Amino acid sequence: MNHFELFDLTPQFELDLSQLAKTYQHLQQLTHPDKFATASEQQRLLAVQKNAQVNDAYQVLKSPLLRAEYLLELRGVDLKHETSTLQDGAFLMQQMEWREQLEDIAASKNIDALEEMDDEIATEIKQQLQRVHKGLETEGQELQVADLIRKLKFLYKLRNEIAQIEETLQD
Amino acid sequence: MAYSDKVIDHYENPRNVGGFDKNDPSIATGMVGAPACGDVMKLQLKIGENGIIEDAKFKTYGCGSAIASSSLVTEWVKGKTIDEAVAIKNTDIAEELALPPVKIHCSILAEDAIKAAVEDYKAKHSA
Repeated sequence: MNHFELFDLTPQFELDLSQLAKTYQHLQQLTHPDKFATASEQQRLLAVQKNAQVNDAYQVLKSPLLRAEYLLELRGVDLKHETSTLQDGAFLMQQMEWREQLEDIAASKNIDALEEMDDEIATEIKQQLQRVHKGLETEGQELQVADLIRKLKFLYKLRNEIAQIEETLQD
Repeated sequence: MAYSDKVIDHYENPRNVGGFDKNDPSIATGMVGAPACGDVMKLQLKIGENGIIEDAKFKTYGCGSAIASSSLVTEWVKGKTIDEAVAIKNTDIAEELALPPVKIHCSILAEDAIKAAVEDYKAKHSA
């Protein structure tokens, strides 16, 4: 059973996050190991497995990036285990510049500039996710979507770094 | 997971950090990224007229292994011809730094950075 089937969902990018959270809570309760305290060893083991599967599925489905990556995997494109490098010069140059900019901001402890940069990257991620969404709805776009997802990973990483610096600046 | 002593040494004292003017005809620039972890690496080679690499600099945003791999590569390529440099394999880098399997992609990144730089040099000089 794949993650979408487990949550009784159509395998598509668009989904209702609040409904997803509700289904998650429901499935959590159904499979909670406490409920099987008096059940047979075999049933208990099964519940533990099911419970772990529910948790894994929820982590993947609630994240747009992981959900998109998983949809591609279901269509036979596995990005998780690839070790190939990305060589798009213009894209990488922009990544390099953003990381240099972030270094400068961190050194000057400029929280306003940091927030401005965070907004910029958040917008970039949003636009890229819209392209992913569109690509996943069109047949035969798997390779283009894969490229978008690879690039999104750099943006998410950058945003994580911004968040970490924000934390140290606020201390 | 523990880093090897060599990784820590390169991480704490990275060799040849920085850059050259990428518009200088004797400079080759290789930019590569690892989607698996979002690491970005820039490797620049200063190549003499005899095709020998005179100097190398790098700038890497990434984990300790990625920084160590690029730092090591800048040491290795100096004095080599561009053909010798592209012959450097990621397995050589991974072995020297004792990289664990989950960090092999960092050495692939460094190998590909050399190749990308040499391609940039050839493109610059084919016109």
